[in-house]
Amino acid sequence: MAENNPRPKPKKEAVPMPKQEPKIRRDNFNEVATGYTEQQALEEASRCLQCPKPQCITGCPVEVPIPEFVKLLREGKYQEAIKKIKEKNALPAICGRVCPQEEQCQEKCIMGKVGEPVSIGRLERYLADWERKKGVETPQKTSPTGKQVAVVGSGPAGLTVAADLAKRGHKVVIFEALHLPGGVLVYGIPEFRLPKSIVQAEVDYVKKLGAELFNGYLIGRIHTVPELLKRGFDAVFIGTGAGLPAFMGLPGENLGGIYSASEFLIRVNLMKSYAFPTYDTPIRLGRHVVVIGGGNVAMDSARSALRLGAEEVCIVYRRSREEMPARHEEVENAEEEGILCKFLANPKKFFGDEKGWVKAMECVCMELGPPDDSGRRRPVPVKGSEFVMDTDTVIVAVGRSPNPIIQSTTEGLAVTKWGTIMADENGKTNIDGVYAGGDIVTGEATVISAMGAGKKAAKAMHEYLVKKSANR
Amino acid sequence: MYEILSKKDLAPKIKLFEVSAPPIAEKTRPGQFLMLIIDEKGERIPLTISDYDPKKGSVSFAFNEVGKTTKQLGLMKKGDSILNITGPLGMPSSIKKYGNVLCIGGGVMIAPLLLQIKALREAGNTVTAVIGARIKNLLFNQNEIKAASDKFYTATDDGSTGCKGLSFLKEVLDKEKFDRCIAMGPVVMMKEVSALTKPHRIPTVVNLMPIMVDGMGMCGVCRVTVAGKMKFGCVDGPEFDGHEVDFDELVNRQRMFLPEERLSSLVWETVGGCKCGGK
Repeated sequence: MAENNPRPKPKKEAVPMPKQEPKIRRDNFNEVATGYTEQQALEEASRCLQCPKPQCITGCPVEVPIPEFVKLLREGKYQEAIKKIKEKNALPAICGRVCPQEEQCQEKCIMGKVGEPVSIGRLERYLADWERKKGVETPQKTSPTGKQVAVVGSGPAGLTVAADLAKRGHKVVIFEALHLPGGVLVYGIPEFRLPKSIVQAEVDYVKKLGAELFNGYLIGRIHTVPELLKRGFDAVFIGTGAGLPAFMGLPGENLGGIYSASEFLIRVNLMKSYAFPTYDTPIRLGRHVVVIGGGNVAMDSARSALRLGAEEVCIVYRRSREEMPARHEEVENAEEEGILCKFLANPKKFFGDEKGWVKAMECVCMELGPPDDSGRRRPVPVKGSEFVMDTDTVIVAVGRSPNPIIQSTTEGLAVTKWGTIMADENGKTNIDGVYAGGDIVTGEATVISAMGAGKKAAKAMHEYLVKKSANR
Repeated sequence: MYEILSKKDLAPKIKLFEVSAPPIAEKTRPGQFLMLIIDEKGERIPLTISDYDPKKGSVSFAFNEVGKTTKQLGLMKKGDSILNITGPLGMPSSIKKYGNVLCIGGGVMIAPLLLQIKALREAGNTVTAVIGARIKNLLFNQNEIKAASDKFYTATDDGSTGCKGLSFLKEVLDKEKFDRCIAMGPVVMMKEVSALTKPHRIPTVVNLMPIMVDGMGMCGVCRVTVAGKMKFGCVDGPEFDGHEVDFDELVNRQRMFLPEERLSSLVWETVGGCKCGGK
């Protein structure tokens, strides 16, 4: 056992993540990062200092007991290690892949002060993958409390709430509007970053915990939230995410060949149009693809377009590299694959051909002015710097706003001026028994912050349900 | 899974399915649509709901076998199951007493038009119904619509039955005052109707079915320009003010995937599950 060996001074550098070569991976949809081997995982785990006052946990929105699971891993106790993670996080295979650990747990890691932080996310992923390959243990069921909870949306927030409340013995029913569960994990994040089989396995785990799932149930149009409460649900969690795609309101934006990132990614990820015509949903991609935006969704779109066979993919972003909200790792991956970036440029209008298909885009150069509300320097157009780019496919990845269906069909539900649902830090809305969390409350954010919100809401909902029983 | 309870031929290549979907049936109102996906390799397509029966727990929809998905659907039989149906989607029609209403339906949309007419009649309106198709044998529901309305016209593009084209409406509109017009059918038809009612200032509602993927506001492919503003067909519609819709843009957007749609259909007919060889 590694623990019995004399412990050498930990290496400053992390064990690198094995990846598919850029030249190869740009032509396939298989996962880019292939995951640590057992040896690599043990080596990386050995770098953990096992701090008496671990800072990493404070950086984790769901408070995974990081040093404890790393210690168990180091001791070769993989089963116990994954169990330790699952005490706090029901979806480790997903978090290990898509969490921005560099801004969370790993940012706080003491090893980061002397070299690279411990690759906590990669270790989490290793354990989750190990467990999945071996076969996931069916969790023990708690005796039923007799309480029933409706979870609206099966994305990261909803799945977390469902898992936590089911574990506590409440009857959970998940209503998913699409025909497949997983929310953004399925329709938004591409296969090469998060294989759909992994999402399916995590959904199956939540179902094994006792949660029931209905696909194709659009709450608001089918049953409304007040009706769910009337029909015997003791509490409702709303985790409907950031649905509505934003457009820029520019001339020519409705030309053919201009997709919202949501449309593009839904076609490719959820509907598998990369396998058209084996799968029935088409996608048409030209040779010169332009992606507008600088977030993770823009990266995902650009890298998907490349894999679909685009000759050239260029990201157009109105600020500079430093202000890009995308994960650094993803920008790096994208550039390695040959994606071009045009910084400090903003589209102004689109030109179409005689068939109504986009053929060019006019942009204006930008320069950075003083910081705005987000703390990033505000881009300002440079007068007279307009230029035209040839393009035959444009993907608009400039953000998403909340889907309004629940808000407009739930009488009395307090909503912000941005259309997000108002909820306190525990996800409690102004309606008794109704909780909300994730992008529908915060606006577009990350998978893990949605899970963190789900975690807190589940705790508050559990307390609410217990109190409700006591009062009866 | 959603079971097909009955299947009816309305006209050549136009079929009506009644499927079991109790929660959808309970909530549907006229004007709404559903999204359907046949199997896990399928595409999601929007279809206007033609009828609903909350007691029986069923909804009905008509479709025209034009593409791969609708052709595949057409081969399904009573008792077969559809992977997923999501609905009811979109804003329901505003059904109230307007007075004298002109209801115009073309092609496959004649089926949901009947539902509109019945609801408007029940709300106390006088209804003049017009149904149209390319040729005589593509018309259907004549008797039902005739029985449900106060006045009834038919029209065909070639004049094989009823009036030839929709230009006869000019006279109708000159003679009679209408308080509202509803048009559902091919985009060119709705465009023509809107142009005819505009000089008479008759509030005209058109029911748009642009290309959709999710049908609930997520993808934005169904965007249409109405009064110069971007609207989503699925959540802001499907009904819009016909005098404000940019129909030419809509026609263009509906043709976006035409080559792919043809390819998909061809593959299905030659090597896919149909094997009819396009016959």
